Amino acid sequence: MSDETLGHDQVLEQAARWVASGHGVALATVIETWGSAPRPVGSQLAIRDDSTFVGSVSGGCIEGDVVTRALDTLTSGKPEVLEYGVSDAKAWEVGLACGGRIRVFIEPVTN
Amino acid sequence: MRAELLTELLKAQSEKRAVASATRLSDGLQKLIYPTDKSEETWIFEATHEVLASDRSRIVVAPDGSEWFFNAFNPPLRLLVVGAVHIAQPVATMGTLAGYDVTIIDPREAFASPARFPDVTVRCEWPDEAMTALAPDARTAVVTLTHDPKLDDPALIVALNSPAFYIGSLGSKKTHAARLERLTAKGFDAQTLSRIHGPIGLSIGAKSPAEIAVSIMAQMTAVLRQ
Repeated sequence: MSDETLGHDQVLEQAARWVASGHGVALATVIETWGSAPRPVGSQLAIRDDSTFVGSVSGGCIEGDVVTRALDTLTSGKPEVLEYGVSDAKAWEVGLACGGRIRVFIEPVTN
Repeated sequence: MRAELLTELLKAQSEKRAVASATRLSDGLQKLIYPTDKSEETWIFEATHEVLASDRSRIVVAPDGSEWFFNAFNPPLRLLVVGAVHIAQPVATMGTLAGYDVTIIDPREAFASPARFPDVTVRCEWPDEAMTALAPDARTAVVTLTHDPKLDDPALIVALNSPAFYIGSLGSKKTHAARLERLTAKGFDAQTLSRIHGPIGLSIGAKSPAEIAVSIMAQMTAVLRQ
């Protein structure tokens, strides 16, 4: 089974295994969606301190940015709410091609 | 999330207990709430019940105006398959991939061997006994695949008397018509019997066991989500 198909609980299981092996780990969770969002509310992504990740919060459109911002929470120790909308003409800008809008909560796993 | 909360959440999941996490978005304050937890404030208790019953996680605004995210962690949906036949093998695999907790039921030892069904629960029991013990609920799908009345019918009777969200039964139109006649004679009315999807699966011209499993899983998904 590839990481992409991991369910809700399996993402958290992987996060717990990473924590147990001494890694810094952050979690990202879809908390609100508008329009045709690719993943439902509650979907999660677990991010390890070396940028390895499992799960998803979109169809791959914003994971790159979420991983970067999640790594920041490992340093700051503070959770954050991020909002993503439709990407504009600039193809490199982070956004959702599907036209939806989502809010993502990112938080470090702390001891 | 605190590591100890993560551990507790995973423990609840391994014990197949429903639980919700509640997170205050402004500062990440977080707790786990069980549906039986009456010590919580009323709005938290009600929000927990609502997200778990609907299986829809969402943001709830607290009486003090703060935003809280309630994430529902229900135990997996269950898929009970009667008949450890060839089609049951891809159904077990696809059901597991789709997140179901799959149980295969067949009293025939040659069929109900764990070697034929790795990674799922196999019960070598009579369907009525196994089904009664497993008590299908509204998060359970029941699929009968033996087309043998003495195995399928007792399982269907338990399923029809339960709130199972999906009931499907393999067999041709003729087989299904005969099945409905037998169940009518057992006292089930037409409306109740219309809960049985038969012939099972979406009509996509499926031929092989794996294709038939695709049609069954597609129909089950449609009933669940639409």
